[in-house]
Amino acid sequence: MRKCYFDHVATNPLHPDVLEAMLPYFKEDFGNPLSIYEYGTRAKSAIEGAREKVAGLVNAKPAEIIFTASGAEANNFALRGIALAKQNEGKHVLVSRMEHHSILNSARFLEKSGFVVTYLPVDKKGFVDPDTVKKAITKETVLISVTHASSEVGTIEPLKEIVKVAKEKNILVHTDAVAATGNIPVDVKDLGVDLLSMAAHQFYGPKGAGALFVRQGTRIVPLIYGGIQETGRRAGTENVPAIVGMGKAAELAQKELQGRMDYLRPLRDRIIDTMANVKNVFLTGDRENRLPGHVSFCVEFIEGEAMLLLLAAKGIFSASGSACSSKALKASPVLLSMGVPAGLAQGSIVFSLGMGNTSEDIDYLLEEFPAVIKRLRDISPFAEGWGDKEEGGECTVKK
Amino acid sequence: MDHFTNPRNVGDMEDADGVGIEGNPTCGDTMKIYIKVRDNRIVDAKFKTFGCGSAIAVSSMVTEMVKGKTLEEALAISKETVADALGGLPPQKMHCSNLGADALRKAIDDYKSKQKG
Repeated sequence: MRKCYFDHVATNPLHPDVLEAMLPYFKEDFGNPLSIYEYGTRAKSAIEGAREKVAGLVNAKPAEIIFTASGAEANNFALRGIALAKQNEGKHVLVSRMEHHSILNSARFLEKSGFVVTYLPVDKKGFVDPDTVKKAITKETVLISVTHASSEVGTIEPLKEIVKVAKEKNILVHTDAVAATGNIPVDVKDLGVDLLSMAAHQFYGPKGAGALFVRQGTRIVPLIYGGIQETGRRAGTENVPAIVGMGKAAELAQKELQGRMDYLRPLRDRIIDTMANVKNVFLTGDRENRLPGHVSFCVEFIEGEAMLLLLAAKGIFSASGSACSSKALKASPVLLSMGVPAGLAQGSIVFSLGMGNTSEDIDYLLEEFPAVIKRLRDISPFAEGWGDKEEGGECTVKK
Repeated sequence: MDHFTNPRNVGDMEDADGVGIEGNPTCGDTMKIYIKVRDNRIVDAKFKTFGCGSAIAVSSMVTEMVKGKTLEEALAISKETVADALGGLPPQKMHCSNLGADALRKAIDDYKSKQKG
């Protein structure tokens, strides 16, 4: 059976060249970068080489890159680290409703620690309006965090405009660019952001490797205390193979970025255009300002997890933001914040394409996906419409 | 898994003696169970379900389990017996099983109230 991996927002396969670059650092070059003899100096020079490549990918200076163990850690670090460093200037933070849990839950932690957080609303396409940001700013605001691109609906945010608004008031801006980095051009100088999070496994690098860009001169309180690694801002013996892998993946992404985008966009558009012919299937997120390999729908009258499982049985691997597919049994906060009705949000499905996908994979998806939709609609009591259940209000589901 | 990929008893029943709906799409699952009753015994059952894999499997299993049972026997079906019949459900999916038992109970109540009426 054909196997089509369409869940690149979950993780990417490792690029073979990345694996090759990493291998020596599991074997003969196993040294600790802090050691002053040759094992150490070789490991040290490997991570500094990786830092240059990661910096190159986002047009930063190497000294502005701090390696972390994940994108989530970079997000935690940015929010907590800046809020704590700035708390004498003010205790107000803005985050958008499009954010990943690592931002939202960090924001909740800040709220418990005495900060005030404003959650910025978004429009139907998932855009944060720079004007809304402007209005939400107070004298107490010290940090604004808005994602670069949403992994759930693919929308690319108007970050430059948001930064412009923030800079008028001298407020720091962080962006979660985990879904964007390596997939679209990300340039910290052009964007003007002060902090930016990324993760290697979103651009064919290894898991367990992330980074936070911190603009030179920006004070940040560490998340992890200990030794002098990462100039004292992130303690812990470096994961040398993972960092080297991230460096190699960044080098490849920088070189191949245009080619990757040119390859993925037509595949993406074919899915969107073809599925537009299936009744009651709605694209979520913006059509134009969209990640190159990202397709997300809400399919009316059926539920996302059931779709995901039937597709998986056909060798098609996807993601869903439905309540049932989440352990918390809650519908996607991102979709709800975009104004998608709760019932429709249950039919959420995301296909995120990568360089391993072929045109034949898309043919196969476009053959199987409508069939799966039909099968589940034949089982659904709502295939004729939601009736009065859609506005059902309180949940009656017993846990 | 088989009851999800090949669910039994899918469909509407025009001449059903009892219909039970439980759940709400805003929270995830809705089950609609139809029963046909002869001499206090369920002779046929069908379902329509909006929901995840477990919800569909539960609906299929409940409609299989009730066939041939008296109303009293059918009322004894609980979320545990349905989940057991499916070979177990993960803890976060037990509510799907609950939904199946509740929809069945509502269908039986509906039948009884029609009999009285």
